[in-house]
Amino acid sequence: MSEVAVVGFAQAPNVRRTPGTTNGVEMLVPVFHRLFAETGLSKQDIGFWCSGSSDYLAGRAFSFIAAVDAIGAFPPIMESHVEMDAAWALYEAWVKIRTGEAETALVYGFGKSSAGELRRIMAMQMDPYLVTPLWPDSVGVAGLQARLGIEQGLWTEADMAEVAAASRRAALSNPDAQLSGETTAEELLKQPYLADPLRAHDCAPITDGAAAIILASGDKARELSERPAWITGFEHRVDTPMLGARDLTTSPSTIAAAKAAGVDGVQVAELHAPFTHQDILLRQALGLGEEVRVNPSGGVLAGHPMFAAGLIRIGAAAAEIRAGRADKALAHATSGPLLQQNLVCVLEGR
Amino acid sequence: MVTISSEPLSAPLNVGFDYTRSLGPVLGRFATGLRGHTIAGVRGSDGRVLVPPAEYDPVTAEKLTEFVDVGTEGVVQTWSWNAQPLDGQPLSHAFAWALVKLDGADTGLLHAVDAGSPDKMSTGMRVRVRWAAEPVGSIRDIECFEPLDAEPVERQPVVGDDVTMLTTPIHLRYDHTASPEESRYLRGLAEGKLLGQRCPACDKVYIPPRGSCPTDGVPTEDEVELPDHGVVTTFCVVNVPFLGQRIKPPYVAAYILLDGADIPFLHLVLGCDAAEVRMGMRVRAQWRPRDQWGTTLENIDHFEPSGEPDAPYESYAQHL
Ligand SMILES: [Zn+2]
Repeated sequence: MSEVAVVGFAQAPNVRRTPGTTNGVEMLVPVFHRLFAETGLSKQDIGFWCSGSSDYLAGRAFSFIAAVDAIGAFPPIMESHVEMDAAWALYEAWVKIRTGEAETALVYGFGKSSAGELRRIMAMQMDPYLVTPLWPDSVGVAGLQARLGIEQGLWTEADMAEVAAASRRAALSNPDAQLSGETTAEELLKQPYLADPLRAHDCAPITDGAAAIILASGDKARELSERPAWITGFEHRVDTPMLGARDLTTSPSTIAAAKAAGVDGVQVAELHAPFTHQDILLRQALGLGEEVRVNPSGGVLAGHPMFAAGLIRIGAAAAEIRAGRADKALAHATSGPLLQQNLVCVLEGR
Repeated sequence: MVTISSEPLSAPLNVGFDYTRSLGPVLGRFATGLRGHTIAGVRGSDGRVLVPPAEYDPVTAEKLTEFVDVGTEGVVQTWSWNAQPLDGQPLSHAFAWALVKLDGADTGLLHAVDAGSPDKMSTGMRVRVRWAAEPVGSIRDIECFEPLDAEPVERQPVVGDDVTMLTTPIHLRYDHTASPEESRYLRGLAEGKLLGQRCPACDKVYIPPRGSCPTDGVPTEDEVELPDHGVVTTFCVVNVPFLGQRIKPPYVAAYILLDGADIPFLHLVLGCDAAEVRMGMRVRAQWRPRDQWGTTLENIDHFEPSGEPDAPYESYAQHL
């Protein structure tokens, strides 16, 4: 089976609101052009295209078909889509290359979260029989998980604020970040609750954005990149959708995916934790020690474009490898309420 | 060039749909129970009583069949404070979201607790069900939970045939934004102009113009003002009535290629018998009265035959 590596990554600036359409075309066209400029490839060189996005977020049916316009899909292309974060689209593309059906793939994700009421739209991902009819908003539900950990002594509100402050400091060196700056946990804790026990800084911001990654197989990757980020482990697992029937203070599916992917010895990790307590929860579940740099990009607390944010974690982890700042990196993506479904991608430089 | 503001146009977009789902034996039993003021759980593979009941075990995926009725009081396992409820949530005033472990259950049920203020909430506090005024067989038959010291509200259960279906109305609000290119086109229409744009790569003229040429993946650029006449490339005769139809069938919906454009758009061809419409027929826009114009292609009510000779097939064969 072919080896597969990340050879290119680009993202649109993470912003609170873009004037563009919900089909992402205005954000994707410049991202594709930057990727092609970086790799020297053109659209004809791409063997497989795969995207992640959501019609509920876009407020229109088949928004991902409208997004295909951004590609310029002529002559006809081989294309697929997942109604999930594009990290899972990358998984599909990885399988396509591994099985020899393509030599290169371009994976993209986009989300204009500002178009609707994000907290409310996220209720659509819950159990449609017993949970969605209550319209539980994503922030309120996250507060349930945060309090469980606080009351069990797994983290404190101060620990959570420290995660937010660290994210914003790290994001100072990320030109695409939405939130960055010098602040302290002490300052952040003076803010009122948004959904007790969560404050605004505990929640990833509402972000419009898009991102894309180019994958290539063995020799092609070596030809395109001086130091490709080789994918050496790639696994995803899911927990029950019944929130009350699983231990919300840990993430069994993350642990299982990490074990299968082989994360020992990672030097840097990009975690998809939309709430500060989930950052701590994931570090605990993955057993990441002090020696591991976590979220050098600032993570999703610095910008959280829905359906692209997980893919961006893989792009940011790959950037650490490709720049020679790490030899082994972990990227994590999540989907569903309270870290229900989790993906772990391990990248290595040689 | 027409001088038009470049700020994209946007408008509210409200979408709604009543999702109707069949419940099956497990959720049907739970729903029927709620309507009659009882709460059914189911015993999982590990012996835990799961509430709400699961059709299949969350860990082993084993089919679950042993129902266990649980109490209507329970304990708050965790909670968060919802100071500003959103549309559709159980209460319109501030409340707590909570996982409530009912007496006899081993798992938490997600619902609202009407406690008044966050200082009245604590993990481990006991709460009881407040039933809804008009139970129908839904999780919303539990209006919310309330602390035990709240004044009880008298509500009547409903007994009847088993509940087999669930209807969940979904209403979502968006701010829909047109692309910059579409916005120019729509503003042009408000002035009675048909503004297309040319793709810099393939030279094709698009109306409406596009944020990306679907063939080349680049935005259309140079503006081209097009005339309000052209040719029918292909068409269909609508004979079937449908909800929201504005014209009495039969009538013709046609692809119309404006002179100078490369991409046809869909519009109506009226003003002649449907049987007379043909490929290559030359047509002209019939505009509504100017005081009815807006940023919409509806400013053109329909197209009518112009009476000119038909266009030869070769002239539009590449635009079908
Ligand atoms: Zn073109």
